[in-house]
Amino acid sequence: MYPASFTYVRPADLAAAEAAFREADDPRYLAGGMTLIPTMKQRLAAPSTLIDIARVPGLSFIRREKDTLVIGACTRHATVAAAPEVRAAIPALAALAGGIGDPAVRNRGTIGGSLANNDPAADYPSAVLGLGAVIRTTRRTIAADAFFTGMFSTALEPGEIITEVAFPGPRRAGYAKVRNPASGYAMAGVFVAETGKDVRVAVTGAGACVFRAAEMEQALARSFTPDALADVRVAAADLNADIHGSAAYRAQLVRVMAARAAAAALSGA
Amino acid sequence: MDEFGIGAPLPRLEDVRFITGRGRYTDDIPMSGLAFMEVVRSPYASARIKGFDISAAQAAPGVLLVLTGEDARAEGFGGYTSKMRKTNRQGEPNFEPPFRILEAERVRFVGDPVAIVVATSAEAARDGADLVLVDYEELPAISDIKAALAKGAPLVWDEVPNNECVFVELGDRKATAAAFAQAAHVAKGEFAISRVAHASIEPRVGIGLYDPVEDRYTLHAAVQAPHTTRNEIATRIFRIPENKLRVISPDVGGAFGGKGYSHPELALVLWAARKCDRPVKWVCTRSEAFLADFQARDNLAQVELALDANGKFLGVKVKNVLNLGAYLTNAGLQCGFHHVGSICGVYTNRNVDWEVSAVFTNTTPIIAMRGAGRPETTFMIERIIDIAAAEMSIDPAELRRRNLIPTAAIPYDTGFVHTYDSGDFEKGFDTAMRMADWAGFPERRARSQARGKLRGIGMAYAIESAAGVRDETAEIRFDTSGAVTIVVGTHSHGQSHETTFRQVVASMLGIAPKDMRMIYGDTDLTPFGRGTGASRSMTVAGSALVCAAERIIARGKQIAAHMLEVEESDIAFDAGVFTTRATNRSVDLAGIARFAHDFRQMPAHLGVGFAERVAFVSDGINFPNGCHVCEVEIDPATGETSIVGYWLSEDVGVVINPLVVKGQAVGGIAQGIGQALCEKIVFDGESAQLLTGSFMDYCMPRAKDLPAIEIKSQEVPAPNNPLGVKGAGESALVGALPAVINAICDALRPLGVKHIEMPATPARIWEAIEQARRAKAA
Ligand SMILES: Cc1cc2nc3c(=O)[nH]c(=O)nc-3n(C[C@H](O)[C@H](O)[C@H](O)COP(=O)(O)OP(=O)(O)OC[C@H]3O[C@@H](n4cnc5c(N)ncnc54)[C@H](O)[C@@H]3O)c2cc1C
Repeated sequence: MYPASFTYVRPADLAAAEAAFREADDPRYLAGGMTLIPTMKQRLAAPSTLIDIARVPGLSFIRREKDTLVIGACTRHATVAAAPEVRAAIPALAALAGGIGDPAVRNRGTIGGSLANNDPAADYPSAVLGLGAVIRTTRRTIAADAFFTGMFSTALEPGEIITEVAFPGPRRAGYAKVRNPASGYAMAGVFVAETGKDVRVAVTGAGACVFRAAEMEQALARSFTPDALADVRVAAADLNADIHGSAAYRAQLVRVMAARAAAAALSGA
Repeated sequence: MDEFGIGAPLPRLEDVRFITGRGRYTDDIPMSGLAFMEVVRSPYASARIKGFDISAAQAAPGVLLVLTGEDARAEGFGGYTSKMRKTNRQGEPNFEPPFRILEAERVRFVGDPVAIVVATSAEAARDGADLVLVDYEELPAISDIKAALAKGAPLVWDEVPNNECVFVELGDRKATAAAFAQAAHVAKGEFAISRVAHASIEPRVGIGLYDPVEDRYTLHAAVQAPHTTRNEIATRIFRIPENKLRVISPDVGGAFGGKGYSHPELALVLWAARKCDRPVKWVCTRSEAFLADFQARDNLAQVELALDANGKFLGVKVKNVLNLGAYLTNAGLQCGFHHVGSICGVYTNRNVDWEVSAVFTNTTPIIAMRGAGRPETTFMIERIIDIAAAEMSIDPAELRRRNLIPTAAIPYDTGFVHTYDSGDFEKGFDTAMRMADWAGFPERRARSQARGKLRGIGMAYAIESAAGVRDETAEIRFDTSGAVTIVVGTHSHGQSHETTFRQVVASMLGIAPKDMRMIYGDTDLTPFGRGTGASRSMTVAGSALVCAAERIIARGKQIAAHMLEVEESDIAFDAGVFTTRATNRSVDLAGIARFAHDFRQMPAHLGVGFAERVAFVSDGINFPNGCHVCEVEIDPATGETSIVGYWLSEDVGVVINPLVVKGQAVGGIAQGIGQALCEKIVFDGESAQLLTGSFMDYCMPRAKDLPAIEIKSQEVPAPNNPLGVKGAGESALVGALPAVINAICDALRPLGVKHIEMPATPARIWEAIEQARRAKAA
């Protein structure tokens, strides 16, 4: 498993990173490398230049801005999982981060990398969409609802770098997933949040891209209890079907995980 | 010597080396001037090769050599052959496909090797391989048994109409039909035994060297049987005398049958080494392993069990179809024949009607894997028993009890293949029932139910035949300092021989295990041996060591008598020391060894030296067996299963080291649980492309998936080898498949589910529950 040869660049700051991006033939930013490096080793990707942003100062932090929790793009999953600020403000987010992959992945992978990659089975996109977070980049801020545009695709423009993610603190939130037995990624994961204004339900793993489940949101808005979801049917039509499970199975998992996420939110876990 | 002799729980002597990172695997061997080989493989499951263009690859930086199937053909190499020959439906000898090391005209599975690129670095070889252009004409392909046998199916081999290579009838059709005619009940089942990967933690690897002065090759490679590998490569591929090839297999990180026989790459590194006058290394990547490592199992079985009104077994009918993959490997066919005897289980049924057919498909070839046919056969009988029990409303344990071969009836001729020479199935059964608290299960089920969970319990009483290759050579030799070296022709790659073989010799000779040196895995340094596989090593190599130790003692007595100036009959041997009863003088083995190497002192008729080499042949195979009980809890909402209990009451004969026996059993059960719950190789039905090409899709069991496993050994000695041992390497896996599936089916039965195919993944379990629910509603 050897990648094709490439050039490695370590910029001093974000401006230098973006400049390096403009100058290269077929560049990619490198953060934790947990997605990019394996794809290069399998030769599914062969970028000419890797621009390492993991070492750019000021991208790894967790900070409170009033009711909002702001996490730097290069913050590792393990750091988010263990951070007292996250555990206090949004325990469901800390739990989600602590359940990504395995310890090696959590110690390398970053929140910015996960969001930019937008794997249909990744965990973070469901929290970002479920909490109605805002993604701040080198060029603008993008609302979660506008960020995830499709399978492995986002609203990011070429060369644009995620710098941080701002999560408004919810009244309560919960996350539940069933792991794919082989890969450990989510077969279906549901993030449920009661914000000040509304109820949001975001589903990952089950479709081509993370999505909000409107009927579930309405049901939970009427009554924020697991039982409120009992009669909500999840349509299988647009869900994934592969060797690991049918669309009908994923629809079932979405229903069950939503109820478990609501229960988790109520228990404050 | 009790603290380290036979039966002692001696911690493994190899552990320090392995857990401190001092194991030495083939890839760790430093070599100057090393070149690296990359294999170019077919991207199609079936295609005609119209031509090669290697010019760009040859010109690439670092590339030393590019060879294609056409070059291999020009060399006149031979091919690999099957160890077993059978007949086709017309009764003619079965077609034996040419199995070359590189293909020139046709490719028959995704991963079929067509060319190699050798370069100064692994990266350059990989880049060079991308530049080899092969012009293919893609052809239609088939990957599964049903498609292979369908009318008008594409042919894998033009010589084999219907893709059926072998068809054989075994057993007694008439007697079985008569037994079925008497039956009060006939249970029927159709089982798909999934295809799995050996998935050893160390991938396959080889380093080839060629010495032009001696005109001789050396292969360093991870293999289970160095002499077998030497024989296959020297005589079949290169057609040279075997003394022109040395095979060295150092530490090996797991094999399970996958490193038992030669794959093309091991001959390729040797050929490449000769062509470019450098040592050449190939290390398989994990992705490549999923394509090109021979795979295992994959067959369909239709099974019928006839019972009388009391549940007594009257007869079994089996129709078994094997998927061979695209070629016949050395041991692929054996998996369908060697272990059919297990269909009788530990039961008194005597009528068997067995039909086996084997078909080619455009998939990776099949080879033996831990159990090699025994897990499949055991699954057939143990699963159909549970189906019968459910249909007749008899507790499945009770149904087994009614049919057990009584201990008093041993030795027992099953009437089909085997005569069991030892065993105490009644005791094994009773012990397992107690260990698992079978009687307390209903209460445990009720508690699970109260929590919304489904609970099930399953039993399987497995019996297998071990150590079928019955000869092995071992040597015990003393040096002039009096220290001992033991040499065997088997290979240890997880079996703990470095500990257990020393324990055998320690028991015989009273020498501490740590003071012995042990040599194996090198055709130049060891006597001829058949390597490790089929749970044979302790039975045959252990027994060879016993015989060698006996001869050492006998020769020691002769020399001691001379040294102590008494009659040989006056010499007694105990714990490493020869003593005369008459004068109370003594000499130990080291003293004998020092004396024996001095030709000036030794009497001429005894000769010099102190070493014995013995080629042992056992009187027959042995029958390790074990009663497995598995208990599972299922979440009906997600289909997720957890194994909440696992108990094994086993008999592997005399236990040399209980820690090692337990380790083998736990490993085997883990592998069985893997196949039962999650592992499966899947090919696309249309293109025969591999869909499970990495661990992201091929699901290995994790530590968290396994329960604490409780094991008790019965130790009924095998009568036909001096140690009384039975094979301990595979028997636990053999029973794990049906025990787990029986437990799952038991949990789901109240919902109306009759059977579930392996692997019983959460998705499959949920679908089965849904289907049963819909059927009930309708
Ligand atoms: C074995 C394994 C198991 C895993 N299991 C899970 C799991 O269960 N759940 C889960 O969610 N994930 C899982 N992952 C993925 C993991 O979470 C990765 O960390 C994540 O997908 C990518 O983050 P990264 O920092 O490693 O990004 P990289 O691999 O470095 O980059 C990924 C992509 O994002 C781009 N990128 C990175 N940072 C930025 C940025 N700040 N701005 C713009 N673009 C950027 C890169 O250019 C690249 O295209 C797993 C990975 C592995 C290897």
